[in-house]
Amino acid sequence: MGIVSPGFSGRRRSAGEKLPPGQYLVNDFPVLSAGPTPRVDTGRWELRITTETGQVHRWDWAAFQALPAEEPIVDIHCVTKWSKLGTHWRGVSLDTLLDGVETSAGFATAKSYGGYTTNLPLADLVDGQAWVAFDFDHEPLDPEHGGPARLLVPHLYFWKSAKWLQGIDLSDHDTPGFWESLGYHNYGDPWREQRYWGD
Amino acid sequence: MAAVRDETATARTIVIDVPGWPGHLAGQHVDVRLTAEDGYSAERSYSIASAPPDGQARSQTVELTVQRLPDGEVSPYLTQTLQVGYPLELRGPIGGWFVWDPDGPAAAAPVLLVAGGSGVVPLMAMIRERAAVGSHTPFRLIYSVRDPTALLYGDELVRRERAGDGLEVRYVYTRTAPAGSGQPTGRINAALIASAGWPPEESPAMFACGPTGFVEAAADLLVRGGQNPGAIKTERFGPTGGKA
Amino acid sequence: MSDYMDGNMLGGTLGELFSMDVTSATVTCVSCGASWAIAQTRVYPHAPGMVARCPTCDAVLLRLVRGPDRAWLDLRGVTCLQLAMPGA
Repeated sequence: MGIVSPGFSGRRRSAGEKLPPGQYLVNDFPVLSAGPTPRVDTGRWELRITTETGQVHRWDWAAFQALPAEEPIVDIHCVTKWSKLGTHWRGVSLDTLLDGVETSAGFATAKSYGGYTTNLPLADLVDGQAWVAFDFDHEPLDPEHGGPARLLVPHLYFWKSAKWLQGIDLSDHDTPGFWESLGYHNYGDPWREQRYWGD
Repeated sequence: MAAVRDETATARTIVIDVPGWPGHLAGQHVDVRLTAEDGYSAERSYSIASAPPDGQARSQTVELTVQRLPDGEVSPYLTQTLQVGYPLELRGPIGGWFVWDPDGPAAAAPVLLVAGGSGVVPLMAMIRERAAVGSHTPFRLIYSVRDPTALLYGDELVRRERAGDGLEVRYVYTRTAPAGSGQPTGRINAALIASAGWPPEESPAMFACGPTGFVEAAADLLVRGGQNPGAIKTERFGPTGGKA
Repeated sequence: MSDYMDGNMLGGTLGELFSMDVTSATVTCVSCGASWAIAQTRVYPHAPGMVARCPTCDAVLLRLVRGPDRAWLDLRGVTCLQLAMPGA
């Protein structure tokens, strides 16, 4: 730990609520990004789910918006240690999107406009654990927070909730994504504090 | 922390005693890390404002000029909470690119400094270093601020310019000019760069520092004015003027 | 949108890994061939790690993650790193 700075408490609220180990509560919604914010017009937006056999399922914005949506209220935890509790989203469950997708794949790679990728077991995308979210806090999702639509997987560290979602590739092989290939934990469970390789 | 000096209503210079400080080059910065009792920490970079210690007087103090940002996390602590005697964790000196070295190979070239707001801090270290070593390398500073109350080192710059040893300063006010001056307000532009800078034939060394947008505008104006892009060095402070 | 910083700010963390100042080092972009000093690259600092991108084509040049007891550096976006060394 660094030298303690007398009188410094930083930009966060006291954690009266239970948080995963090492996390701090914040009031704002920090914007973290590895590159320029993609500007994706909903007119040209497309979401693709590609199975391990190469079968492609596509939705344009209208088709996507026509799907039944849910309004999950979830806690989110960033590996950089900030957490937000009770965040309000609106999105389409991955169970809805995967209904009708024939697959026996074990793994998924979420891909973003702009090139970002993140990997996770398919089992962590289903059974009410994940959404493709397009509204945050009752407003359309801002581009700097991943709009038009992002992946939302709150039970894992938030780097797994890929912003500017463009597609999900299903595979029999697990391929480490952008951060998973540079030290970040392949799975990323905040409650077991799985931040880095070997944690 | 050894001492403080208020520079403006919202900016403060903090003087830090750093035992074993190895010295630094003008333009370098330090990373400051604050840690709360529960281990939470925040880190920011700040340019060193003081001139490097010369061979004679081995100074162990490092000065940082910190602008308090309204929604900042570290700057309010440094400008309001930090007291004399408090410890401060620093890493540095850092940087080998955005530096002016009076003993370096290009030391004789005339220098243009372009400062936007708190971007003047590392450039002031260069001005102070130039004076400390008695250099007569011609220096021109173009210093852009919102209004006169935002000027850092205002009196010191006037004094140094009056010394008549080759430092010239042009002030640019983007919102309010000094009362009675008749000076128009506005951002830096091609005409200003041409009149207050060095002609390309002089092959100046150029340093621009401040918020990202300002630095990019300045660099662009210099290149369009015929300057060698390879001789322009920039340091961006981020959109709000704070470094990261 | 100017939401990036520049490579001067990598100096602190890179300085922990290298004994020479690396911000003055020149890198050549694998994607477009442009050469830039690390100090001139576009750095996106607000992320789980630091990402430096090519000012010409925006491709990722280098990535850096600093953990509590390890650091990871990926230089696959550059053909090489050229550092000035004290001459003979």
